[in-house]
Amino acid sequence: MTERLKEDQPIFQQIAEMIETTIVEGELQASDKIPSTNEFAKHYQINPATAAKGINLLVNQEIIYKKRGVGMFVSEKARDIVIKKRKEQFYDQYVQPMLKEATRIELSEEQLTKWIKEVYNRGN
Amino acid sequence: MEIRTNHLTKKYRKEVALDDLSFQLSGDKIVGLLGKNGAGKTTLMRLLAGHFAQTNGEMLINQESPFNNYSLSKNICLIMESNNFHDKFTVKDILKISSKFYPYWDKEYAEELREVFRLKPKKKVKTLSKGMYSALGIIVGLASNSPITIFDEPYIGLDAAFRSTFYDLLLESYERNPRLIILSTHLIDEVSKLFEEVVILQEGTLLLHESVDDLANKHILLSGNKEEVEQFASNKNVIHETSMLGQKTVVLYDETITDPAGLKVSRASLQELFVYLTKEEVKRHARAN
Repeated sequence: MTERLKEDQPIFQQIAEMIETTIVEGELQASDKIPSTNEFAKHYQINPATAAKGINLLVNQEIIYKKRGVGMFVSEKARDIVIKKRKEQFYDQYVQPMLKEATRIELSEEQLTKWIKEVYNRGN
Repeated sequence: MEIRTNHLTKKYRKEVALDDLSFQLSGDKIVGLLGKNGAGKTTLMRLLAGHFAQTNGEMLINQESPFNNYSLSKNICLIMESNNFHDKFTVKDILKISSKFYPYWDKEYAEELREVFRLKPKKKVKTLSKGMYSALGIIVGLASNSPITIFDEPYIGLDAAFRSTFYDLLLESYERNPRLIILSTHLIDEVSKLFEEVVILQEGTLLLHESVDDLANKHILLSGNKEEVEQFASNKNVIHETSMLGQKTVVLYDETITDPAGLKVSRASLQELFVYLTKEEVKRHARAN
C-alpha cells in the first residue's frame, strides 16, 4: 500500500481501492488488522477524516469490520466481495476503453484475441 | 470551540478589508483559509486572535468577543508570517514566555520540536534566518495546544523538506490533541490534502465555505469532442474552459451533474478550482468596469 495518490480522483476512494487491492492480492487476509485512520493520514499526509471516509466505505460493504477500541480488521468474506464487485466493473473499466482504443487504431479482432489467448495459455 | 461572525466588517481608514462577512466554524478539524492577496485573510485571523476590534458587526468565539478578553484569547494561538516575536529575545525566552501565556503549553513537546528544527536556545530572534524564524513560529503554534490554533503562511523561507516535516507534525499533533486548526496558505497544492474544510475569501467577503468532499462532488471536469462537450455544458455553470485540436475541456461548478456518456470525466485539484473560481470574479469585474 505505498502507491502514490492521484490528483483527479477523490482521495477517500483511492484509499478504499488500495486496501481492496491489497486484500485481493492476499497481502491482507481475513481477520488481519488494517492500519488505523491516523496511520493512513500520516503515511499519505492527508486529513484523518478523509482516511476515515475511505475506510468507512469498506465497512459499509462489509469488507472491513470495526472492533471498538481494538482496531479495524479484514472480514471473512472480504476477498469474495471485492472480487465480485471488481468483476462487475471489469467490462466498463478495462474492456470498453481497450476496445475503444483498438477500434481507433484499427487493430483487428484476430490480433486482439490472439494476445488474450497467449496470456491465458501461458497459464496466467 | 465555535466561531461565528455576523456582518463582520473591518475598515482601515477608508480601505475595506472585511465586508459584511457572516459565517460559522465549529468542531475539531483542520480548515484551509484561502484567498488571493488582499482578500482579507490576515484581517480575519487577527480579529479571531483579538488583536484589534472590528469596525462593525460581530466576531464571536463561544458567544464571546475575543477582543480585550484574555480569558478567551488565551485559548487562541495565531502564528503569522512575521512580527510574532520581539527581536531582542532568544529562542529560549520565547518558549518560556509562550509557556506562561498559553494555558495548554506542552514544555517537553516544545523542546522536542526545537531539536527537530535544530534551533539553538541562545540564538536571538533578530539573528534567525527567515526559515528558522518560521520554524520558531511553528514550534510555538504546535506546542501551544490551543483549542484554536491558527497559522498564517507559517513557512516563509522553509525548504520543501522542512515544510513536509511541518505537515507530518501538524497531523501528529492533531491526532494527539484534536482541535480547530486554521491554516492559511498560498501553497494550496501542497496542503490541500490536509484540509477537511475550506473557506475562500474574495475581496473581504465569503466566496465559499465547503467540506473538501462536497467541493469535490460539486464540480466536474469534462473533456472530449468539442461539440459534444459544448452541448452538455450549455446552460450549466462553466467556470473554466479550454479547447485544443477539436477537443474541449470544461469545468462545471455547483451542479447536480449526471455522468455524461461518451465524455471523459475527471476532477480538478483544489488549487485549480481556487484559481478558476477567483479568476472568474476578476473577469466579471473587468466586464463591469
